[in-house]
Amino acid sequence: MTSSALSNSATPAPTSEPLLEIKDLRVSFEGPHGPISAVRGVNLRVGAGEVVGIVGESGSGKSVSMLSVLGLHGPGATVEGSIKFRGRELIGAPPTVMRKIRGGKIGMIFQDPMTSLNPSLTIGRQLAEAVIVHQRCSKKEAWAKSVELLELVAMPTPEARVKAYPHELSGGMRQRVVIAMAMANDPDLLIADEPTTALDVTTQAQILEVLARIQQERDLAIALITHDLGVVAGMADKVNVMYAGRIVESAAVDDLFYRHEHPYTAGLLACLPRLDARAPLHPIGGAPPSIDDLPPGCSFQARCPHAAEACAVTDPTLEPVGTSQVACVLAPVPALHRSEVSA
Amino acid sequence: MTVAIEPLSVGDAPVGRPIWAAMRRPQFAFGLLVIGFWLVVIVTVDFWAPHDPLAAAGDRLLSPSSDHWFGTDTLGRDVFSRALYGARYSLPTAAGVIILTVLIGSTLGAIAGFRGGWVDSIVMRICDIVLAFPPILLAMAVAAALGPGLRNTVIALVIVWWPIYARLLRGQTLAIKNRDHIEAAVSIGVPPRRILRRHILPLAGTPVLINATMDFGQVVLLTASLSFLGLGAVPPSPEWGVMIDEGSRNFFQWWIALAPGLAILSVVLGFNFLGDSLRDFFDPRSQR
Repeated sequence: MTSSALSNSATPAPTSEPLLEIKDLRVSFEGPHGPISAVRGVNLRVGAGEVVGIVGESGSGKSVSMLSVLGLHGPGATVEGSIKFRGRELIGAPPTVMRKIRGGKIGMIFQDPMTSLNPSLTIGRQLAEAVIVHQRCSKKEAWAKSVELLELVAMPTPEARVKAYPHELSGGMRQRVVIAMAMANDPDLLIADEPTTALDVTTQAQILEVLARIQQERDLAIALITHDLGVVAGMADKVNVMYAGRIVESAAVDDLFYRHEHPYTAGLLACLPRLDARAPLHPIGGAPPSIDDLPPGCSFQARCPHAAEACAVTDPTLEPVGTSQVACVLAPVPALHRSEVSA
Repeated sequence: MTVAIEPLSVGDAPVGRPIWAAMRRPQFAFGLLVIGFWLVVIVTVDFWAPHDPLAAAGDRLLSPSSDHWFGTDTLGRDVFSRALYGARYSLPTAAGVIILTVLIGSTLGAIAGFRGGWVDSIVMRICDIVLAFPPILLAMAVAAALGPGLRNTVIALVIVWWPIYARLLRGQTLAIKNRDHIEAAVSIGVPPRRILRRHILPLAGTPVLINATMDFGQVVLLTASLSFLGLGAVPPSPEWGVMIDEGSRNFFQWWIALAPGLAILSVVLGFNFLGDSLRDFFDPRSQR
């Protein structure tokens, strides 16, 4: 019931079986006073060729949930639930299987290109390594492939750049290299963990352009983790908004921006400066709750302008509201739609 | 014009400075000169040593003269020639000890730091046990158990010395292991062994190089100490420790111990100077 409603969004998934299906994912870390739950029951689907945005504040669990797809959560973490990639369960999969999936079927782009490349190896050797660990080929072929990969990410003068060390490249160029590494084995899914956060705005646009083009050319699925709604608006098909370790709203990108149902989503959107209207910015008051000390009921209640008595009692789960999925006992919140009209 | 300065952490190769830039320092040049001199001595001493190191070259206990620059010892052998030949014992022994300790210690330390858990605990507890003994005392005990001879000296010193490199490499590995580019390498499916070999060890090498250079002198000193105590090289051989031991029995013939003493001094000093300037070169923040 729930799963059929999920795929019922405005842009229907092209295939019946999703590429990546996360069900009731829970990740907790060992804390000084017992386990700390960073992710508390996340359900997520990424179809083939689909771009799914995962939006949330720092500490909302968006990175942790996607890192656990590749088994890259730290050794102190406990992961429960189910992560299926092409129908294959990844939680508890043996290391050799995970190694084949990492970089082979699922690529990963990290936030900070300044630190995610090995300073002691040339760009070419790092790219060639990404190829060699997955494909049977000679060093020469791997080297030729790394030049191709740099061409793919529109690196200027790729033949010269393969011999360069990371410190000789700018941040934007390094992020292109990181993308090229992730694309080395033509994966089906790319997990992009805040790919533009560490870059300046003009470079951000170039990197997103590269990502969007590769996504089109290769029919690549991308899980785009970000806190930048602008990035999501430009690229994603579907958006999941995370708060305190849960998805609070899951919707097609247009629905999210124009017909959002969760007060937190409304709050996030109200934080964005607008070019078309002289409206003041409305920050969300307060701070996110500490994940090891969540209140009973809705975790957003303390900051929610619409909070009612019911919010302190019932912990909301994702329910279909209109074409979206919303975790709010009050949804649809009439006040949200009024404020949208007035703004 | 502004120049972007990269934050440089210990272990990263300095950017844009060739290694021979370090040679500009007078310290480095001095160290290199001294060590170079001894290397030349090792290779060519047969051709130009004034006397045979093992045969009597004149009367017993002659004081320094133009023929015997550092006099002769109790058996009438030329002290200067013996001191020159001594390099053939001390330096290769020290080199063997350093190479073996670096190999054994680094391997164990890197594995301990990389694997963590019980592997780490076991290796580190053994290190703690070895380091709990004063080094000379433990080396003496091991050498005494194995019997005299330079080969046993090497074994004894390796047993005493490897934990230093195990600890060094473990620390380096732990620090590098958590860097983002290691996680990135894991995320593209690089297997653990390859991560350790290609992504961690190359970045951990600099402090090992510096430490090994500094330790070289110490090992020369310790080898001589063991020989002095009768646990290393055995008497007829012109090993520096053996010679000082012989000198110490003839207290008023000060020249017998002087030549090997100066030899040890110069080697230790030379390697310390080399190590110091290497450290200054690789870690600019340590400069005053």
